[in-house]
Amino acid sequence: MIGYYIDLALRSLKRNLSLTVLMILAIGFGVGASMTMLTVMHVLAKDPIPQKSQVLHYVQLDPRPLRGYTPGEEPIEQSTRQDAETLVREARADHQALMTGGDATIVPAKADLDPFHIDARWTTNEFFTMFDVPFLKGGPWSPQDDANHNRVAVIGKELAEKLFGSTDVVGFTLRVETTEMRIVGVLDTWHPIPHFYDLATDPYGQGEQLYVPWTTSRDLELSRDGNMNCWDSKHDDPTVVGAPCEWIQLWVELDSDAKLSAYHDFLAGYWEDQVRAGRYERPVNIRLRNVTDYLDYNKVIPNDAKLGTYVALGFLIVCLVNTIGLLLTKFLRRSSEIGVRRALGASKASIFLQLLIESAMIGLVGGLLGLILALLGLWGIRHGVSHYADLAHLDLPMLAATIALAILASILAGLLPAWRGCQVAPALQLKSH
Amino acid sequence: MDFIPIISTLRRHRTASILIVLEIAFTCAIVCNAVFVIRERIARMDRPSGVVEDEIVRIQLAGIGKKTDPGVVTRQDLVALRGISGVKNVAITNMVPFGGSSWNSSISTIADDPNPPLNAATYMGSHDLLETFGVKLVAGRDFTPDEYIDFGAAGGGSNIRLPSVIISKGVAERLFPGQNALGKPLYVWGKDPSTIVGIVDTLARPNDWQGQVGMMYSLVLPLDLDFTYGGNYIVRCDPDRKAEVLAAAEAALKKVDPVRLVMRRQTFADVRKEFFAEDRAMAWVLGVVSISLLVITALGVIGLASFWVQQRTRQIGVRRALGATRGDILRYFQTENFILATAGIILGMALAYGINLWLMGKYQIDRLPAEFLPIGAGLLWFLGQIAVLGPALRAAAIPPAIATRSV
Repeated sequence: MIGYYIDLALRSLKRNLSLTVLMILAIGFGVGASMTMLTVMHVLAKDPIPQKSQVLHYVQLDPRPLRGYTPGEEPIEQSTRQDAETLVREARADHQALMTGGDATIVPAKADLDPFHIDARWTTNEFFTMFDVPFLKGGPWSPQDDANHNRVAVIGKELAEKLFGSTDVVGFTLRVETTEMRIVGVLDTWHPIPHFYDLATDPYGQGEQLYVPWTTSRDLELSRDGNMNCWDSKHDDPTVVGAPCEWIQLWVELDSDAKLSAYHDFLAGYWEDQVRAGRYERPVNIRLRNVTDYLDYNKVIPNDAKLGTYVALGFLIVCLVNTIGLLLTKFLRRSSEIGVRRALGASKASIFLQLLIESAMIGLVGGLLGLILALLGLWGIRHGVSHYADLAHLDLPMLAATIALAILASILAGLLPAWRGCQVAPALQLKSH
Repeated sequence: MDFIPIISTLRRHRTASILIVLEIAFTCAIVCNAVFVIRERIARMDRPSGVVEDEIVRIQLAGIGKKTDPGVVTRQDLVALRGISGVKNVAITNMVPFGGSSWNSSISTIADDPNPPLNAATYMGSHDLLETFGVKLVAGRDFTPDEYIDFGAAGGGSNIRLPSVIISKGVAERLFPGQNALGKPLYVWGKDPSTIVGIVDTLARPNDWQGQVGMMYSLVLPLDLDFTYGGNYIVRCDPDRKAEVLAAAEAALKKVDPVRLVMRRQTFADVRKEFFAEDRAMAWVLGVVSISLLVITALGVIGLASFWVQQRTRQIGVRRALGATRGDILRYFQTENFILATAGIILGMALAYGINLWLMGKYQIDRLPAEFLPIGAGLLWFLGQIAVLGPALRAAAIPPAIATRSV
């Protein structure tokens, strides 16, 4: 029976080709536009570190003076150097690392390569274990390297290949500005998206290629990159220990709720100690957000992407209403045909099925068109101008979702017209002709 | 035209009528909001920078390693750049309008303000900065040479005592409404006030993290920079020779000190284009969606009207046989479409304001201006009439004799 209905549907669709094309275009454009934007959202809203997003926590304290304090307000966004260094030294969490973005000029040994600028990160050794950073060769630097301010570096695969044409470069020397550093590890490709551990740099950017121990970077006064806020202007250098400036990200790993609350208590104790020492003035106001909450709190998804998604969904609704209207007119136009079939013994259910199959076929073709349009739309976005452009790819789940959406949309669009169509009373139609 | 028979016909085709009204309503609501957002984006892209954009190019440099005396190199750079033919003026600055990264400071009219009323971008640079930017001084004067402090030599921190400051008109109007700001003290850095010596017309901020209004708040500080602070060389030149000057400027800077990297070299037009890229993309996307929506709605109207014409062929024949003119039939379908479009527009306008209210709550969007109401309504009425014309003409062409045949 289904085969026969498909045949009937094809005949009917062919009979009124322009209307059929119009419906296919409407579904195709609606699905194409909404899937383009939903894919962008899907990429932007990804969990950057799914295996650990619940156990990694971002520490926020508030060493600002009491002046200007409003109860209930958020503490400052980042940490001061003094707090970050002290808390990493105390090492009360499973893992902890402090960090800041930076940039540096690499002076290649190869004569044919000009010096170039790269984004870098100055951090402590547990950064790599805590964030599950994949190493191709070598490994993180040791705690001793941190303690002794050693001139060591971990570099990314792309940088290794650019400088040495190989990734097997552990033990090689790298010239950063005027300092020679020994390479201790080479990372595999690692671009967590969004760049969750430091949102001051582009959350959808390419990440860093150079990692140097924090202590070393401070000795060499390597340049820092990111946001910095100071709340007291009595200082010369905002990067020294004790400067009233926030510019460092501090992350800790806490595997269980018990550890989380224990760490919270530890921070509260630390806060009280700082108050007693006269460094802190405000009442205890700690934030320990995990990765998911931290990304939500910072509203990383660009507003334009959200707005675009709403527009695309609205567009899909109009396309659906349009298709419902056209299918309705199409099915009602065939009232006499349906009347004859009903009079010959077809049940309402079989008429309903027949009409639904016809709409599903439009959905299938429209879905394919939508898929092609979505691929085209994503291609357009990739070649467009948005800073998250390179990320816009259709992955397998989104591919399946596109096709499912198209079929679902057309069946939804077909339900009302098919139901109205199968209500045709056989006698009435036969009588009038 | 008599509305009653049309309405009673529409009531017999309730589902199809409701669907077309809904389609027009959704289209109306989405297009109104989309056009509104497009208009806002275009307004954003047209924001004035205050500088003579047509004459300015920018080269940004970074040193490799610590320089022993960057101040000397910087002075040599400026001399070398001034020597290029076609160059009118040269300056170094920590940042440029629409350049992205910015230096800012909280400012207040009182000392030790726990809640400073304003945050402003702090431009600083060599003596010719205002002249090179081409920024209009609307009151007061530029800094005198003896007011300048060497930023690097003074430690490069924000504890420097600034004798004077130049503010933008935006700051003046906000902090000293209805008063003359010249000569007034302003607390920028530290505990000591700086005297306002000049007011410039517009000098846009490098970025808009403080929104459209914040864009107008900027200061110029009398601090002489070396190239390690931002390293932006601004060259004002003959508008027709920008490309040539850019190339010559890069070569000249490399000659002064080759151990440096050129981070950016662009005309100001490129700076602006890069800064507003997202807005332009969004305006395009919304424009394409709006046009597609209108086309799809028009096609929907055509589809439905064609069906109705076909379905009523016999009745039309009867009406023609009873004396209705072609014009009567044509007007019947046009009026029918007008009624449907009007219902759609009324519903659509309510929906448009609903969506706008919701967007206002979420994304700092302004209220939909009232003039969108007649414009949107006119557009949809027009679209509906255009769409229905074809089917209506076909209906009008139905001969009266059809009434005597069976369809």
